Parts: sequence; structure tokens; C-alpha cells
Amino acid sequence: MLTATEWEVLALSVSIAGRAVLFALPLALITGWVMARTRFPGRTLLDAVLHSSLFLPPVVVGLVLILLFGNDGPIGEMLARFGIRLIFTANGAALAAGVMAFPLMLRACRQAIEAVDPRIEAVADSLGAGFWDRTFSITLPLAAPGLIAAAVIGFAAALGEFGAVITFAANIPGETQTLALAIYAALQQPGGEAVALRLAGISFGVAIVALLSSEALLAYGRRRSGQ
Amino acid sequence: MISVAIHRTLGAFDLDVAFDGPADGVTVLFGPSGAGKSATLAAIAGSGPIDRGHVALGSRVLFDSATRVNVPQRARRIGWVFQDARLFPHLRVEANLRYGMKRAPKAAQRIDFDHVVGVLDIGHLLPRGVRDLSGGERQRVALGRALLSQPELLLLDEPLAALDGGRKAEVLAYIARLKADFALPMLYVTHSPDEVHAIADHVVMLDHGRVVATGTPAIVGGARVGAEIVGRDEHGVLLRVPHGDVVPGTTLDLTIDR
Repeated sequence: MLTATEWEVLALSVSIAGRAVLFALPLALITGWVMARTRFPGRTLLDAVLHSSLFLPPVVVGLVLILLFGNDGPIGEMLARFGIRLIFTANGAALAAGVMAFPLMLRACRQAIEAVDPRIEAVADSLGAGFWDRTFSITLPLAAPGLIAAAVIGFAAALGEFGAVITFAANIPGETQTLALAIYAALQQPGGEAVALRLAGISFGVAIVALLSSEALLAYGRRRSGQ
Repeated sequence: MISVAIHRTLGAFDLDVAFDGPADGVTVLFGPSGAGKSATLAAIAGSGPIDRGHVALGSRVLFDSATRVNVPQRARRIGWVFQDARLFPHLRVEANLRYGMKRAPKAAQRIDFDHVVGVLDIGHLLPRGVRDLSGGERQRVALGRALLSQPELLLLDEPLAALDGGRKAEVLAYIARLKADFALPMLYVTHSPDEVHAIADHVVMLDHGRVVATGTPAIVGGARVGAEIVGRDEHGVLLRVPHGDVVPGTTLDLTIDR
């Protein structure tokens, strides 16, 4: 049904979006917890900075990533010493997609943590559970449905990310060419509309599968957390 | 024995409470809403800050502003039951009961799981989720959970307030059974004289953040003693009042029910 090239593009897209969620979700969870449960001066400013990629043109985010993670960037140079290169690689594409998806995951994580009644955590404290203990035994299980939703939103946003990925990781078939980038590349070819349309159909299929599986995951999470 | 001396200013509210409670039995903190009863419990449990004062459980000092001792809440070994049961919604009844038990020091395990389950009649609830429990059942599970955390003191913050009349009596009877079965001091907060007479050994009366009286449940008043008319003479009616504690010369306020 799908050609070998189409399978490759599909697998690469899912892999890059998956890696984006894998690195961005833990960060979103930690910052979401900080935003939900702590008060400190400069909190509103930090919140604005964390959400900035939501308001910036994606190409600007790509540019910032080049400046930081490029071969001459401060972080890029440091990583190069360990033999790690991000620019023009699949991991770089995941970084760009993850940075773009981060604010959406942060919001979802924060709301999930805020929905956990602090009085329930206080009971766990009085029953002898320390901070990490009650975080893993009470807070995270109760927040699980919201955290699953955060992962799904992040995956969807990373899957469709275009501007930041193409700016930072370029459009390299088999390395950084995701579905969105492949559609763009096809449209650049004379008579490429048919190819683009097939890829668009695949994107639609991925969206449906992702949505259905997230619903199933959410229902499972709600049953488990008794909500 | 529990000894408490707490001073704390909270906005316009000034809490200045000092009392001693017996090492077993039930000490009731009695007073109207806003008297500082729950704030006192929170300070003893270690969840509310204290400006200065002293809280000790027997020889174990939990808080002392002079020597800068402040044992964190989870290390105080104090069980706390609230008017809303606050069960963990994602855990079944048995996992709720075992939550504090698993975390208590091995050396302190003296309250037995099966014993508590038996006394509270919750054996049939163990595999159930907590969402479909009745109010009385939820409160019994909350009592069991606090008790199984192997506490040295049990705090009960208006444990019957969220229950309707019939359930109140049911849960109160279970609390009385806990008192009889486990040698554990309890601090019980209420503003209901009926609960005082049903459960208290010792009463600390609070008002406006101060202790206004301490003593036996009789100081609360409202005791139903069932006086009986035994005769008449030229002064009026002769009543026989079966109340052992009353010394000659005590003034009694009588309320006639019918």
C-alpha cells in the first residue's frame, strides 16, 4: 500500500516526534510542577520565557537553535567535544520539534498538577511519606490522565512542526525529512502534487491513529486514578 | 501525656493555647467555630507554623521554639483524621489502609492490620475502590488508615461533621470501640456537646484562641441526666438527679425537655 520511501518518511516522523516528547515531557513536567506549586519573585517572567516559542515565528526558534546548538554555538561546541552533533541531524530535528511543542506540554502538565488536591498530599505527608515518596505514590498517579494528554498534545505538535525543524535541521531525506517536510519537498517538484497528496493522506491517518490511541490511554488512566 | 503550649498570630487572629492531655483516653477540644480548635490540631500535627511554644508527646519533644526543635510532620508519628475522609482516590480500600502502615518504622508496628479491620468492620470493603463508599464507610477507612500508620497520638478534626444523623452515631460507636481497644491518646475536636458526653475523658474548652476551661465532660453542660420528680413540699418539686460528680452546693442549670 505504501512505498518504501513513504514508509521511511512515516517511520522517521514518528521517531522524531517520539524523541521530541521523550526529552521535552520530563522538562515540561518539572517546570509545570514548579509553576503549579511554588511562588517566587520573577515567576511570571519565567512563565513568559517558557512560553516564548508559542509566540515566536518558528523560523526564529530555528535561528536561536542554530546560534546555540550550531557548530559555532556555545552548546554546540561543547557537545562536539563529546562527538555529539545536533544541527542537520534527526536528533536536531527532534530538539527543534520538542522546543516548539514544549509550551503546550508545559500548560497541560501544569494543569494536571494543579488539579491534584494539595490536602490529599498533606495526608500522605502525615502518614509518613516524604516529598519524593508522595510525588510518585500520590501526585503523579493522580495527575496521570493530564500527563498522558500532555504527551499526546506534544506528539501531535512535534509531528506537524515545520519551520523550526527545516531551519535548524534542514530537509535531508532519510535523516530529517519528516512528513511535513516531505510534502513541502514534493510540492517543489514539477508534477509532485500526487506524491504530496499521498503523504497528506498518511498524515491524516497518523492523526486519527494518534487520537484514538490517546483516547484509549486517557480512559485507562482515568480508570486507574479513579476519576 | 501530651503537653501543648502554642502561640501564633495569624492576621487578626491570635492563638494562645496551653493544656495537658492524659496519655490515653480522649481529650476533646471543645468550642465554637473560629475558636482555634483546628489551628491547634494543625500546629500539633506539624502542618501549621508556630511562632513560639512547645509541643511534647510524653518525653518526645516535637516542637520547642526555645531550643529550636521542629520535627517535620511525617516524622511526628501523629495520625490525623479530617471531616472529609481524604482517602486516596486512585487506591483501593486496602491500599489506602496500608499506605501509612508500610511507611511506619518496623520497630513501631504494634497495631495489627486484621485487628483494625475487624474493629472497624471494613473487611468486606478491602477490594473496593473508594469512590463508591458511603460517607460512614469512608470515615471508617480514614480512621483505620490513620490508626495503621502506628501513631502515638490520633487527631480527630470534627470527624462526624460531614455525616448525617444516623451515620454520626454509627461512626461515633466505632471511635468508642477504637478507644476501648487501642491504648492510644486521642485529641478530638468538636462543637457538639453530645459528642463530648459520648466520647470525652477530658475536656479543653476553647474560645477566641484561648483556653477558657478544662475539666471533665460535665463542664460542657448539656448532659442528659434524666432527673426524676420524687415528691413535693411547700417549696416546690423535689428532684432526684442521678449525677455522681455533683458536690453539694453546685448550681445546676436545668433544661426541661418535656
